[in-house]
Formats: sequence, C-alpha cells, structure tokens
Amino acid sequence: MDLKKGTLRQVLLITDGCSNHGEDPIAMAALAKEHGITVNVIGILEERNEEYHRKGLKEVEEIAMAGGGVSQIVYTSQLSQTVQMVTRKGMAQTIQGVINSELSQILGKDAVIEDLAPQQRGEVMEVADDLGETMDLEVLILVDASGSMEKKLATVQESLIDLSISLNARMGFNQFSLYAFPGKREECEQLIDWTPRLNTLSSIFSKLSSGGITPTGPALKVALAEFTDRLSKRRMISGDEEYIEGSGF
Amino acid sequence: MMRNTSKAQDFKFQAGERIVGKWHHHEYTILSVLGAGATGTVYLAQHKSGKVALKVGFETPSIISEVNVLKHFAKVQGTVLGPSLIDVDDHVADGTIIPFYVMEYLDGVSLFSFMKQHQQEWLSVFFLQLLSDLQLLHQAGWVFGDLKPDNVLIVGPPYRIRWLDVGGTTQIGRSIKEYTEFFDRGYWGLGSRVAEPSYDLFACCMIMVNIAYPKRFEKLKAGNDQLKEAVMHSPLLAPYAPVIKKGLYGNYASAEAMKQELLSLLHKKKHVMPQQQAKTTVASSRIQHKKQSRHNKRGVAFELLLLGTFFLVVYFFYLWSQSM
Ligand SMILES: Nc1ncnc2c1ncn2[C@@H]1O[C@H](COP(=O)(O)OP(=O)(O)OP(=O)(O)O)[C@@H](O)[C@H]1O
Ligand SMILES: [Mg+2]
Repeated sequence: MDLKKGTLRQVLLITDGCSNHGEDPIAMAALAKEHGITVNVIGILEERNEEYHRKGLKEVEEIAMAGGGVSQIVYTSQLSQTVQMVTRKGMAQTIQGVINSELSQILGKDAVIEDLAPQQRGEVMEVADDLGETMDLEVLILVDASGSMEKKLATVQESLIDLSISLNARMGFNQFSLYAFPGKREECEQLIDWTPRLNTLSSIFSKLSSGGITPTGPALKVALAEFTDRLSKRRMISGDEEYIEGSGF
Repeated sequence: MMRNTSKAQDFKFQAGERIVGKWHHHEYTILSVLGAGATGTVYLAQHKSGKVALKVGFETPSIISEVNVLKHFAKVQGTVLGPSLIDVDDHVADGTIIPFYVMEYLDGVSLFSFMKQHQQEWLSVFFLQLLSDLQLLHQAGWVFGDLKPDNVLIVGPPYRIRWLDVGGTTQIGRSIKEYTEFFDRGYWGLGSRVAEPSYDLFACCMIMVNIAYPKRFEKLKAGNDQLKEAVMHSPLLAPYAPVIKKGLYGNYASAEAMKQELLSLLHKKKHVMPQQQAKTTVASSRIQHKKQSRHNKRGVAFELLLLGTFFLVVYFFYLWSQSM
C-alpha cells in the first residue's frame, strides 16, 4: 500500500464461516495482502447454534490473519457497531503497519512505536489518526449468502447502511461495492457497483437464491481481481501512479 | 505489528503490586480495580502525592490517543474538562511492555445511583453543568463523542458532573469513531456522524431520556417521532421537554444557546419543582400549559395560588414521609 496515493483498499467479508467450495480462502486472503489489500472478516453467530459455529470461528480468524486485517465474532443483534469498528480498526492497522515500517527506517530494523518515548508516540499517533480520517477508502463488501445466512441478511443490509453513515462522516472519499456469494449464476455476484453511498439498498439480497455451497475462497479471488482490474484501468486513464481519485472536499 | 503488546490484553495488576515507570521512574502501588471497559482497565493506585487513577489499555494506539486528548484538555484553561493527566509511561513485566497513563482520581458515584438517592431537581443542575462544559469543549474545537451515563461521574459535594473516558473525543469536522447506539443520532436517523456540537447536544438529551427510561429502548421501524413521544410521555422529562426536543432534532447551534433556553424554561417554572411533577403527572402538566401563556397580573395571582398549593403539597409529603 502506498500512503502517498491516499487510498486504502479493504475487503470486508461477512460470513458465518464454514466455506466448502473452491480455493482455500486463507490462501486467497494472503494473496490479497500481497497486493496491498487488507481483508477484514466479521463472523456472525447465532446464539443458539454454537456447535456449528465453532468450526466457522477458526476460519474467520485465519482469513483475517492471512489478509493482514481484523476479525470479530458477533451476534446478529450487535452487527451494526461491529461492522464500523472492524472497518476502522482494519484501516488503523494498515496505516500502523506502514508507519512502523517507516519507523524502522529511522530507528533501525523491527522498531515499533513502543520504542519511542511516550511524548513522541503522541505525535506519531496524530499522524496515523490524520491519515485514517483523510485517506480515500475503497471497501469491497463480500457477503456470505449461503443457506445458513439467509435469516441474517436483513440485519446485514441494515448494518451496511450504517457503515456508510459512519464512513461518510470522514473527510476522505469513500467507495463501496457489494458482492454476494454464491450468486444466482456465478460463484460470486456483484450486487452493487462502486458507489460513494450505500443508502440505496432496497432489500438487495432478496434476488438471491441461496444454494448449498459456500464458495468463500472463490469470492475472495473475485474481490482481488476486481481491485486489480480497477487499479490497472485507472492507470491507463491517468497514466500516472500519483493519480488520486476524487476528493472528499 | 506491535511487538509483545498483544500479551498486555491478558495483563492484570494485583492489589499491592508496585509499578515503576520505565521512562519517568514514578512509583505507584495498585489498590483496587475502578472499572474495566472496551479499551482497558482502570485501577485505583497510590502515589506519594495521593490517590490516582491508572489506566492500562489493551492496545497501545488507543492509550496514546486518549493521552493526546487529555493533553489537549489541559490546554483548555481554567476549567475542569475530563480528569487531568498526571503521567504517561510503560511498565515492563517479563520483557512485555505495558503502556499506561495516570490521571486524576475522580471520587464519585454514577449518575444513576446519584439520582436514585437524590431529588429530581438535581437533574436540571447536571443538565446545565454538562451544557456549560460542552460549550467550553466545543469552543476549544472538540466534540466529546461517546457521551453517555457510563462516561460521566458525579463528584462532590459540592456536586458536579465530570467526564470520564475521553476515548471518543474528536476534533470538530472529523468523523465520530466511538459511539453507543442509544446516544448516537446516526442510529436514530437524526443526523450524521460528523463531529459537530449538535452531535454532543443530541447525546446530552439522550442522557436525560435514559434517566427517564433506565432500561432504554430500541428503535422501531417507523422512525423519527419515537423519541419525541418518549420525551412527551415521561413526567420526569416534562419540565425540559421543549429543550430536549429541539436538542434531539439538532435545532441548537451551540451548547450555550441550549443552556440559555433551558435556563429561561426553568426560570419560568421555578416554583413548580420537577419532584412534584413526577408525582402528580396529568394535573401539573395541564397547569404548566396555562402558565406558559400567561404573563399578566392574573397570571401572577395564579402563580401565587400555585405557590401556596405547592407548599401545601410539600407539607403533605413531609407529614406523609414522617409517618412512614
Ligand atoms: N479518573 C477516574 N477516576 C475514577 N474512576 C475512573 C476514572 N477513569 C475511569 N474510571 C472508572 O473506570 C471505568 C472504565 O474506564 P473507561 O471508561 O475509561 O474505560 P474504557 O475501556 O474506555 O471503557 P468503555 O470504552 O467501554 O466505556 C469507568 O467507567 C469508571 O468507573
Ligand atoms: Mg467508558
């Protein structure tokens, strides 16, 4: 990721875990990370069915770890706040990673913020906060729409609108895109193309017929392809690495 | 990644434990746990200068951010916004770095437990105090953000509402990062999550609503009139209803403007104590309606009559409480 270009790229995966089809989602998340894309994961639990979810839990954590992102397990009722918190933490973590690597250029290999005296940490943190507030952000949301998720999709939709309210209060510019897996015809289907706001979702998930498979890996692969496509298109148009898309102001 | 600090998450100080900061070498002795929240644990500790509150965070960045805010608060001169910052340092245990900061210990009780033990007119006192503090904070360019009963404390006597947990404090114009749904106007569809004075004023009104409805309530699908109705149906909130409603709908440009309207509202009704209202709901609210529309001589006579009635009622309650 390049801070100067001012865009953070994130995948937000919302699932109850337990993928069962196609590529290994953990490998796909690791691949995304190599491309400078952070993968954050939210695992949705149902109070009743804890046994089923024990398996999913592990997958949720492993995908986020491989994707350099943040994961959080949540019950359906607390989804809204979690979605915004995870996204913010994911952004902060990505920024922190870059700042740490700059620190080690100054202070030597493997330097971390704790090596600084408390007074100087404050200044570094203010830089990180500034970046989190002002950088442009692209979030590709991947929603698990497999059978086990069916009843939760209304809440997921609500929480995504809420996420858009939160992020659109930032000074930086936002773009969202929404995909669901499995889709009607493909393993992963785009439901909403890139847009600055998610307030237009009118029961967007209703069109989906939930099949028996959960192709989390293939969905992450589609997300990665979308980001790289988008990036190369932009380069063709602008012919310039430094091109900054739109401005929030 | 943060080296070693992931372990700080499971870290617990024991009572009696001595902590010496790595950088400033100040010594603290842990006395007890004051509270724990989403971002860390706060301990009561003894320093040679007296009792202090010592916060250990789960993550270094959140501790640094809170320290930054407390430092900015120190610059708002001559006032007491939030606990004052005393020290920032690291504790090192078995090679693990545990960042902590030390602040003024606020010896007080929660708003809820205070209101259980005191009469309701205190509510207007704290409402006004909150608005005065918010005005200063906003003037300094900040918004509190996560304003809720959990994040305030009543200290004294003399009783004063004070802020704890400045973790949600945000510069005006930026985005609110920490909030609690019930107190967040975004959740209720009544505004954005941009940090601006009206964001805090909404939360301030919701604190009042929460006192009237301690169990809180959830958003209904229908939408916006739900809060208005909650305010109107509460005898406790009746004295403040016009101001609360305007605050909820973002109709005040500043905390000061809201405070002035609240003052004149309370002034008009100074002889009808909230205490009485809560107990004689329907009748007293009818009386208030009349009162607001009268400002002539008959009104004065009427008010005298009311005053008399009021003292009778108070006397009655006095007798009644003696007989219990
Ligand atoms: N300066 C202080 N003096 C006395 N008590 C304090 C002080 N600071 C914090 N506390 C107590 O510790 C509790 C937790 O502190 P604080 O709210 O800062 O933690 P937190 O992790 O930010 O919590 P959350 O974000 O979940 O509200 C408070 O609710 C309060 O009871
Ligand atoms: Mg708190």
